[in-house]
Amino acid sequence: MEQTSLMTEKIRDFFSSRFADAVISEDNFRDQQSFYVKPEAIFDICQTLLNDAELDLKYLSDITSLDWLGDEEAEKGRFEVVYNLYSLTHHNRLFLKVRLQEDNPRIRTVSDLWAGANCMEREVWDLMGIDFEGHPDMTKVLTADELDGHPLRKDFPLTWEQPKFTWNKDDPPEVIK
Amino acid sequence: MTEQKTVTVNMGPQHPSTHGVLRVVLELDGETVIKATPVVGYLHTGIEKTMENKLYYKAIPCTDRMDYLAPMSNNLGYCLAVEKLMGIEVPEKVKWARVLLTELTRIKSHLVWLGTHALDLGAMSMLLYTFRERESIIDVYEAVSGQRMMSTYIRIGGLAKELPKDFDKWVRKVLKQVPQGMQDYIDLLSGNQIFINRTKGVAVISAEDALNYSLSGPMLRGSGIKHDLRKASPYSGYENFDFEIPVGRIGDAWDRYLLRLEEMRQSLRIVQQALDGMPEGPYRAHVPGVVLPPKEDVLYKMESMIHHFKIITEGFETPRGAVYQAIEAPKGELGYYISSDGSNKPHRVRVRPPSYINLGALPKMVEGRLLSDVICAIGTIDIVLGEVDR
Amino acid sequence: MGLEEKIPDSIILTTVDKMANWAHKRSMWPLGFGLACCAIEMMSTFAPHFDLARFGMEVMRPSPRQADLMIVAGRVSMKMAPVVKTLYEQMPNPKWVLSMGACASCGGVFNNYAIVQGVDRIIPVDVYVPGCPPRPEQLIDGILKLYEQIEKESVKDKREEWGRRIG
Ligand code: SF4
Repeated sequence: MEQTSLMTEKIRDFFSSRFADAVISEDNFRDQQSFYVKPEAIFDICQTLLNDAELDLKYLSDITSLDWLGDEEAEKGRFEVVYNLYSLTHHNRLFLKVRLQEDNPRIRTVSDLWAGANCMEREVWDLMGIDFEGHPDMTKVLTADELDGHPLRKDFPLTWEQPKFTWNKDDPPEVIK
Repeated sequence: MTEQKTVTVNMGPQHPSTHGVLRVVLELDGETVIKATPVVGYLHTGIEKTMENKLYYKAIPCTDRMDYLAPMSNNLGYCLAVEKLMGIEVPEKVKWARVLLTELTRIKSHLVWLGTHALDLGAMSMLLYTFRERESIIDVYEAVSGQRMMSTYIRIGGLAKELPKDFDKWVRKVLKQVPQGMQDYIDLLSGNQIFINRTKGVAVISAEDALNYSLSGPMLRGSGIKHDLRKASPYSGYENFDFEIPVGRIGDAWDRYLLRLEEMRQSLRIVQQALDGMPEGPYRAHVPGVVLPPKEDVLYKMESMIHHFKIITEGFETPRGAVYQAIEAPKGELGYYISSDGSNKPHRVRVRPPSYINLGALPKMVEGRLLSDVICAIGTIDIVLGEVDR
Repeated sequence: MGLEEKIPDSIILTTVDKMANWAHKRSMWPLGFGLACCAIEMMSTFAPHFDLARFGMEVMRPSPRQADLMIVAGRVSMKMAPVVKTLYEQMPNPKWVLSMGACASCGGVFNNYAIVQGVDRIIPVDVYVPGCPPRPEQLIDGILKLYEQIEKESVKDKREEWGRRIG
């Protein structure tokens, strides 16, 4: 615990000394430190962190995204991209969060810093429709080619069907959107 | 001068050695792989979206079906994340039972890996042997939950029901049978020249690359990086157990084979410790309104019945916020990122799929190598398509 | 077999249907492909403890062209559906389909945009085995049910049906 709070202090120092104007707000929920940063700054922050031997937040654990449609949070931007960094020496986590606007959400890719970001970003694009500028291969990865839209967005229906047995006959079931 | 031409070969999605429905598009020059592109998504189930539409409780069965070789690890990751979100502390006995069961799950998952990996490399009979030992672990699953695979035994705030009376007997049977079986595997494979030739120096990934590709689990440790979340950020009481973290040297398929065997041995050690030291106590935390009351109480006590009814029909309110809980699943770092908007359904559940991210390193491992090494590389990553595609 | 010695130089009378069905039934070759969790239970069924070889079908064919039983083990996603259909069409007649598990039979717990709500939407199914996943015994029972069904088949009807299915 003490180690974690010490590291949190250091991370705070890092941001205030080098990226003071890029940080929008800070949040600590259940001992998890997260910083909301400006989308333009994400690449520089990641690059600096990658070369920072002291903080050692070099392991990119995950990139994910959220959709805040219909929630009060949506004022700050409908989409949220979360970068999850981990330190293999200090064993602490840092969440960098970015808010993006509703129309044409796009952000600079980090796949040239971490090769592992490649598949994570592709998945975010496929399921949430956030464009990563400069990504080598921004194509569908999980969903079927015929599927239009991005399933994890809140306005995409789960598309459930009324269960019905068809006895192998041509009797198209009713689809409820 | 003849013109140099490359051939594009499609492997999968129905191919016996792709462990399900993986498809790899290979560009070959003769027998050398120039470019390998894994194509995934043939099992995309929309689990993350489905979980958003379920109550917190009712999303647990979905987690089983992601990594179906290690269902309990998935249950554990999800339940720990929800417990973190709700701030629930579980009783000591629950922690120990969870550790015991997830370690058995690790063995079970590695057994299937060993069988299929050896099968791909031509050792047909290994599968028959590993499935023999796997049955003994499935017996434990069946004894505790009544289901062979999708047990959904680990629940939010505790376990589904009390451990059975003859639990001891079943686990001891595993502890007796698996080491014997492992001796068989070592006899069959470790001195087998074909197996050695096909794995040594194949699918190599260096330590820097492993970190750069965000690999985790045996893929990372095989390259010599000693990182295990059970030691690094202990969860569910792993700090009480004594075990080693094996690491590989150069990060080839052979190293990872030895490493997984050693991991199975360490898991057996943990299981032994957990079985001997299992504390007494309740099998569920007492948090009215959030954790289901024990079934015995529901039948005889009015309040318990009301709580039970309310939790099942309406779920529970959650605090706003997002939590991330990672566990060391058999395949690597399995993380659940749960974001809550205060309602009774998760706003977003993100699963960090270890095998999907590990699969990202496949091109790196096979490019410039022979076609037959692709089979070995796919096997050694230990992918499970249910988790890759979700 | 020793049969020749017991009935020397004689003729065995039977109907074409019986003969054909007997042959179909006794040498069922399943197509070895798994989709999801159910495939692991299918593998357990083939493994020592349950040993499907007792019923004469231990050979899994990796190629659809050599198989005559397709066990759809697991959920079929929208992306996989065309592949499953192609595999089915590549199998030579006579062929049967066994849908294993809740997902393959009706979509199971995944009633959503990504999963085909039952494989019978795309290919005809002969036997449904419920369960999530079905126990190996259940799968074996399903296969035995299929045997019973085959015994009742007539080659003539089958022919007509094949014509329909292909057409
Ligand atoms: S029926 Fe159950 S076990 Fe079978 S594929 Fe579907 S979810 Fe998996």
